[in-house]
Amino acid sequence: MDQELFLTWVRSTGLDIAVGIFVLGTLWRLIEIYTLGHKPDLAVPRHRTGASGLHTMFRRSVPPPGMFKRSAISYVGGYIFHIGLAIIVFLSAQHIKLIQGLTGLSWPNLPSQFIDATAVVTLATMLMVLVDRINNPVKRFLSTFADYGAWALTFLPVLTGYLATKHLLLPYTMMLALHILSVELLLVFLPFTKLMHVFTLWVSRWYNGDTNSRKGVPV
Amino acid sequence: MTASLDKGISVLKEMIDAPIASYFSSCVHCGLCAEACLFYTETGDPKYTPIHKLKPLRRVYQQEYTLLGRFAKMLGLSKPVTDSELEEWKPLVYDSCTLCGRCSMVCPVGNDIVYMVRRLREGMAISGHAPDGLIGASRRAVEIGSPMGVKLAAVQAQMKHVRQDTGIEIPLDAAGAEYMLIMSSMEIINFPEYLGAIARIMKQAGKSWTLCSEAFEATNSGIQIGVSDIARVLVQRIVDGAEKLKVKTVISPECGHAYTALRWEGPNLIGRPYTFDVLHILEVLDGFHKEGLFKTSGFEDERLTFHDPCQLVRRGGVFDEPRNLLKLVAKDFVEMSDAGKMNWCCGGGGGVSAIEEAEQLRLQAFKIKKSQLEQTGAKTLVTACANCRIVIEEGLEHYKMHIPVVGLTETLADHLVEGEKP
Repeated sequence: MDQELFLTWVRSTGLDIAVGIFVLGTLWRLIEIYTLGHKPDLAVPRHRTGASGLHTMFRRSVPPPGMFKRSAISYVGGYIFHIGLAIIVFLSAQHIKLIQGLTGLSWPNLPSQFIDATAVVTLATMLMVLVDRINNPVKRFLSTFADYGAWALTFLPVLTGYLATKHLLLPYTMMLALHILSVELLLVFLPFTKLMHVFTLWVSRWYNGDTNSRKGVPV
Repeated sequence: MTASLDKGISVLKEMIDAPIASYFSSCVHCGLCAEACLFYTETGDPKYTPIHKLKPLRRVYQQEYTLLGRFAKMLGLSKPVTDSELEEWKPLVYDSCTLCGRCSMVCPVGNDIVYMVRRLREGMAISGHAPDGLIGASRRAVEIGSPMGVKLAAVQAQMKHVRQDTGIEIPLDAAGAEYMLIMSSMEIINFPEYLGAIARIMKQAGKSWTLCSEAFEATNSGIQIGVSDIARVLVQRIVDGAEKLKVKTVISPECGHAYTALRWEGPNLIGRPYTFDVLHILEVLDGFHKEGLFKTSGFEDERLTFHDPCQLVRRGGVFDEPRNLLKLVAKDFVEMSDAGKMNWCCGGGGGVSAIEEAEQLRLQAFKIKKSQLEQTGAKTLVTACANCRIVIEEGLEHYKMHIPVVGLTETLADHLVEGEKP
């Protein structure tokens, strides 16, 4: 396929399809999950400072006592690649320009050298967590094709984005088209895979925190 | 599909609510819950990973409540949950889960895993995949009134012993008393010193209290096996007794799951709030002390440590009271590592101590408690759950450790200043 045509397709029709599936799929999933409802708790609650759904939404981002040393790689790897992804997605000049084009909103970007370095660190960390998934007996035991698929769906946009900006491996136009395509694949699959946690984890933490706060236990 | 499996799947469908759907949708298979579970940390076997124990429930969720799952089911692309699979999962859902809730404390996406195990047990039990030990205990609880088959006569015998030892007449069915005391079978049979301790403290505090002939048993096998209908019957007995006697407060004994059953699950089981309060005995004693209703004298000389019963502390919110009370009588009180809401289970909660075939695994899991204890150098272990107490005693015996295990209420009563009014 002609590179220009491919790029045009991923920027127009491809993007429309991907965003459409992502938005409708996410909405559907959220409705499917949260309309299942939850019976009210009739036990008289106990109140304790620090115990609430809101506290747990934030507190759970920090390793609970004793847990860091049990699985340092999960925490260090988890922090680095999540923060790395956030920096690349929201603070690179190219992405801010894209968001500005779509919404009119913009904010200052980080220098491209910093974004490049972040991409390299993020890719290296993602490779490390993949190796850990394969080596760690529990992670290997729990992992299915979907887990490796979700990893690849997250890894490829970072990799292709980095290669495109550095003009490596393939012509820029082709690599940029592949980069956009990989993001579109990520959007299409996100609502139907564990990547959905980006939305649901906040509510899950809230439910856990709220349920236990009624017993006066900060979790 | 057998009729019982059909029923089991229907119950699992009923059990799945928005939190469970949210939890399954959030799980990223990070495996951190394994690091919080004593059955994994002490065996190293990944099959004991808490989230893995929920696999049948997860499949029912996906097949019944997700668009893609329903589609896959329609096309015959997904594997239905079978009897043989549930039977295979029995050791994971019962033998190797004490419902201690430590996994729910660590899941980075916030999943309340123990909430889901408790609900999975509902489907397991109704489809005929509960362990025999728990079935027997539940049957005795419903038919005889206690999981250990204890009858009122045994309670009356203990009341008589207390009268002989202390001269205190324990009230039975005293309408209008402020407090109604319920006990665990274990306390009635194995630890009768508990009742004597309460009698002396109540007398000193000048409080009116009573036992109830129709509701003396506090334990609830229904919530352990996972049959809400049984749990409801057992809670209702206590509610009926308390309402008949018009007491203000029911005192839950030194038994972890009895507290969870009555205090937290009970109102939801019977479908309404109570007309009385429920307090754990340690909450009552701490309250009495704060009001200056009793005094203690002297201290335990040896180093003491405290084992936090999971259902009382992590799942019940009674953190400070045991510490406040221990400080009254212990000069050298040391905390275990991970004490408080992150404490490690004794290994026998959630009905596990009643499952004969789980004994070897339970003793293996006890190694974590053994190591916690060794680190403290404590000469005596105090706890506030009769089941933890007996499970720890068995574990210590198995590992040839000579550390006495005592209840907190009786330890306190040993130092009670009697006679003079504070």
